[in-house]
Amino acid sequence: MALDVTWAVKWLTLSAQAMAEHRVELIELDRAIGDSDHGENMDRGFQAVLDKLAESPPETPGAALKLTAMALMSKVGGAAGPLYGTAFLRAATTLGDAAYIDAAALAAALAAARDGIVARGKAEAGDKTMVDAWTPAVDAAAAAAADGDTLAVLIAAAEAAEAGAVATDPLVARKGRASYLGERSAGHRDPGAASSALILRAAAGAAA
Amino acid sequence: MKKLINDPRAVVDESVEGFGLAHADLVTVSADPKYVTRKDAPVAGKVGLVSGGGSGHEPLHAGFVGRGMLDAAVPGAVFTSPTPDQIIPATLAVNSGAGVVHIVKNYTGDVLNFETAAEMVQAEGVEVRTVLVNDDVAVEDSLYTAGRRGVGGTVLVEKIAGAAAERGDDLDAVAATGDRVNQNVRTMGVALSACTVPHAGSPSFDLEDNEIEIGIGIHGEPGRHKIAMENADGITSRLLEPILSDLGAASGEKVLLFVNGMGGTPLSELYIVYRRAAQILAERGLSVERSLVGNYITSLEMQGCSISVLRLDDEMTALWDAPVHTPALRWGV
Repeated sequence: MALDVTWAVKWLTLSAQAMAEHRVELIELDRAIGDSDHGENMDRGFQAVLDKLAESPPETPGAALKLTAMALMSKVGGAAGPLYGTAFLRAATTLGDAAYIDAAALAAALAAARDGIVARGKAEAGDKTMVDAWTPAVDAAAAAAADGDTLAVLIAAAEAAEAGAVATDPLVARKGRASYLGERSAGHRDPGAASSALILRAAAGAAA
Repeated sequence: MKKLINDPRAVVDESVEGFGLAHADLVTVSADPKYVTRKDAPVAGKVGLVSGGGSGHEPLHAGFVGRGMLDAAVPGAVFTSPTPDQIIPATLAVNSGAGVVHIVKNYTGDVLNFETAAEMVQAEGVEVRTVLVNDDVAVEDSLYTAGRRGVGGTVLVEKIAGAAAERGDDLDAVAATGDRVNQNVRTMGVALSACTVPHAGSPSFDLEDNEIEIGIGIHGEPGRHKIAMENADGITSRLLEPILSDLGAASGEKVLLFVNGMGGTPLSELYIVYRRAAQILAERGLSVERSLVGNYITSLEMQGCSISVLRLDDEMTALWDAPVHTPALRWGV
């Protein structure tokens, strides 16, 4: 099944719901190794996305993601704002004006999003950042895309992102504010990886 | 959580609104997007100075907007960097054609948002230079971290670069002066208690009654280690030691000594710290030519302090002494 703008809008709506539901959990993860603002910022950012979607309904999936990028960049702040903003913007650019997205285009858009995060944040896999959720997600999506089923691509990405987020638990942070904790950052999940997993799970939920 | 607030989500809006009302003679407040400019901005022919960062560090940065210091300040949410849609209009509002210097503390969020904003403003033809402040010696090995944080030294960079801009230095010269201050200042902080971010509602880290956190940033985030509580002289030595070994100032050199409160420590205690710090500097043969003591870059109601030592040359000293008229720092006028 090719994905259209209805899927994109549903994805963003489910993402906003996930951020509201998990707001406190993300604040707690960030309190442990950062500065307690991640859940609040993501909730505020995605509420702004919902406002924008209502204000000017997009006509293509790419337009929906571009609007999301702008809203997140202007409302989230912190490191997450520019990182997610860049991710959605790169994905939107890759999709262009296409009305429908097939499995290959979807996998390419997810890869572009990940590359945007890496370029902006200069983080590598293993640094205990959102890259540790996105990289396995992109790899799993690419493998699943061979069968041509978009839902399978999204489920594979979501599951890999969740596993990737869990896998940040024992890591020592080398980027972002958690890096100042050094060894003491081990034993805590990276909040950015956790929110990334929620967003990718929402993408799969919207296609189901 | 007991705080003098109405709604945790309105803290920054209402605080900035009150700030604007209280200092209407010095500043203009833009509510949406949120930023504060000097009343007479843009000043013809003058390089604009813009700084910003998370709220909760008052009086940094809006308190330093005015003659001889910043032209604009951009407050983010509490402990969260501002966003490009605030930084861009603030930058444009203070650009008189001579270009704008962004003073940015080395925290990932601040760097990314200012970097994005600078790219977009430059695309519109406004020249921007960035002075990155990274004075915190608590961060030992920057190979495995995001690098040293920008903390107390930011106040000194803003004052001295602000004076350089006020006297008419050009864009590159103002940025070079800011960089020079940053290269010559080192800071280290201590937390005696955590603070509570309004929207989080619980303290931002756990500290037992008899514990203190040595080597904090400006959000209480740890740098080196937790230790058992010590007396003021002991803590002062612990803070000053890494500053002096990193700064490498030789006997006979002139310095500025800055003891900064984190928001919840009385001035009397800051002076006790200052006393011991001044004694240690004298023992090392360093001459304290200028000083600053008080709450200038805070972490809400956190107890604790930071010590900054700036190695002075004659030009920096003259720029430090130059008139400044802002809500939180004022002399010579």
